Amino acid sequence: MGINFRDETFRDDFTFSNSPEHIRRFPFPFHEDSYMYAVNIEPHVPGPKGSVLENLIDVDEHYVSEMRDRALVLAEDPLRCQSLPHMTLAGWDLLELLMTEQAKGYPEHFSLTRDGDNWHWINRPLGLDQKFVFGDLTTLPYGPMEYITRQSQGDFCILDQRDGNLWMDAGIVTTQADWSLDFDIGMNFFEWHAPVPLAHEKGIFTRALKFLSNIQQGKPARRLNWTMTINPRLDTSPENYHKWGPDRTTVTPENVGQKVHLRVELQSFWRLPRSNAMVFPIRCYLIKMDELVTSKKWARRLHRVIRDLPEELATYKGLTLYRPTLVEWLARYDDGAETSPGFGPD
Amino acid sequence: MSAGTTKLDVTVADVVPVNELVTRFHFRQADGGKLPTFSGGAHVVVEMRDGDRTRLNPYSLMSSPLDTAEYTISVRRDDLGRGGSLFMHRQVRPGDRMVVSYPVNLFSLDLRARKHLMIAGGIGITPFVAQTAQLAATSGNFELHYAARNAALATYGDVLTERYGRRIHLYHDDRGEKIELARLLNAQPLGTHLYICGPAPMIDWVRKTAGEAGWPPETVHFEHFSAPQPGAPFDVELAVSGKTIHVGEQQSLLEAIEAAGVDPPYLCRGGVCGQCETNVISSDGKFLHNDHWLTEEEHRSGKKIMPCVSRFEGRSLVLER
Repeated sequence: MGINFRDETFRDDFTFSNSPEHIRRFPFPFHEDSYMYAVNIEPHVPGPKGSVLENLIDVDEHYVSEMRDRALVLAEDPLRCQSLPHMTLAGWDLLELLMTEQAKGYPEHFSLTRDGDNWHWINRPLGLDQKFVFGDLTTLPYGPMEYITRQSQGDFCILDQRDGNLWMDAGIVTTQADWSLDFDIGMNFFEWHAPVPLAHEKGIFTRALKFLSNIQQGKPARRLNWTMTINPRLDTSPENYHKWGPDRTTVTPENVGQKVHLRVELQSFWRLPRSNAMVFPIRCYLIKMDELVTSKKWARRLHRVIRDLPEELATYKGLTLYRPTLVEWLARYDDGAETSPGFGPD
Repeated sequence: MSAGTTKLDVTVADVVPVNELVTRFHFRQADGGKLPTFSGGAHVVVEMRDGDRTRLNPYSLMSSPLDTAEYTISVRRDDLGRGGSLFMHRQVRPGDRMVVSYPVNLFSLDLRARKHLMIAGGIGITPFVAQTAQLAATSGNFELHYAARNAALATYGDVLTERYGRRIHLYHDDRGEKIELARLLNAQPLGTHLYICGPAPMIDWVRKTAGEAGWPPETVHFEHFSAPQPGAPFDVELAVSGKTIHVGEQQSLLEAIEAAGVDPPYLCRGGVCGQCETNVISSDGKFLHNDHWLTEEEHRSGKKIMPCVSRFEGRSLVLER
């Protein structure tokens, strides 16, 4: 049984929505009724069947439409995809990882046949059939990183590891929460995290870097991050701020359910074998408030989290303008009952 | 969550004596198929089951990263060591099953380099055998200078010369040949990165000379391959797990902790990666620090120890483990 891919948009008329099964599998990020930063990293091992963690690289019903949206972003702004010259080998590493994982997890949709360096990749949802020579740039229509990430959901940052730091030296970033690859390219771990409030003081980035630099082959790790987005727009980039920034003034008590989305990033961290670089896939999941409140526990908990969020975090996440409206709307779904521990719906 | 590595079940496919001190071991995946891809400079930790004793020693992979049908390592026999190399030389036979870790690379190539200048001493040649194979496949620019006691002990000097010709430069101590380092370093084009693997005095010499010649520290890469040294036995109290352990003469502190059923994280087991760093709760005696991870200040403080390579002499030692 394959995935039933939806035909939907993430811009203009915003027809994106989740099927009931996809609402149930949404990676709700709050395990308790409040939120503060933590180095919430855990081993990236397969999770329960039917969850977004069933496969280490998740493909879902939004795949085809997300890939179409990515192609539109790249056509308007090619600098969303960049790779410094020394990162080509890491690009081949990433191509191998994504082809292997997608073919393993979804054999009805993807297949990879390898005969030495002669590879044959079939992507049925996108109608692609590509024979190429692994390691030979002339045999693919794009560089290896761009080729495979035009066919993989989520953003990808490839980090070179040297001098005791990680360097943002390649990536494709079209579904981001207000940051820019073109701005960050070539920066190290501390430089690109400089704008994050509170976490530096807690020493979180020093500890996180130490942990990430020691991630080994065969032992990927993951964490969840979150923010909120008005309208189901994947490309909330600084480059396009003029398109989505004003959306935040349009939230009214009547349209919260349809307009306000919880945006969760499943970030995973992998060592790449040939280049010894790291790749951070950042996968974005969106859910409308109307969809989210179909789980009573999630509704109660989100109300409490947003209501009690420290002001600095609310500002950093860009919620300030519509937080009162959202909290008032969510309050209707919070009867004060206790919520069970853990992430699951009920 | 501890770092550590995943393990691989392998079969010893071949054991090849290379010269009077060095033997090469070939490993294949026990259930067939390819081993995981790796990058030049990576090592694996080999588990040696010697009676009721387990040794875990790191060895650089020297096979080509382009061909993972097998992994090969070369082990130099150390008659005065703690017995790991003697175990490999005397007891490991073709057909044996063994366990090795996934590859870990703590001596990675800097792929931004316009040129890779490699300096090897003795058995320190092994990571360069893999790195040169990786670079040669992508037309990378490299040059290797390799010093050994004599021609017979210049392990793989002949193989490398056959593969790469004039890019390989051999120096034999018994003929009085010495790397003319200052001149060599001065003759390098901009964008060259320097890599050193060999005995500690050689690493110190090359780093110092490069520093004096104005090489930026981030262009100088080195790998110490210091094995834990044997020493007088001592007792240790593990406060967290509530155990008292005895560290034998031929055992490392880390091995003794593991033998007691406590598993601290580790990657290199050679005092460089920092994974097994352990807090000292109290001590009465003298620390024998052999690591390259802690700062001199931390060594003097008596508050931290790297149990993979360091030891202790004295009345009592209590660790936070």
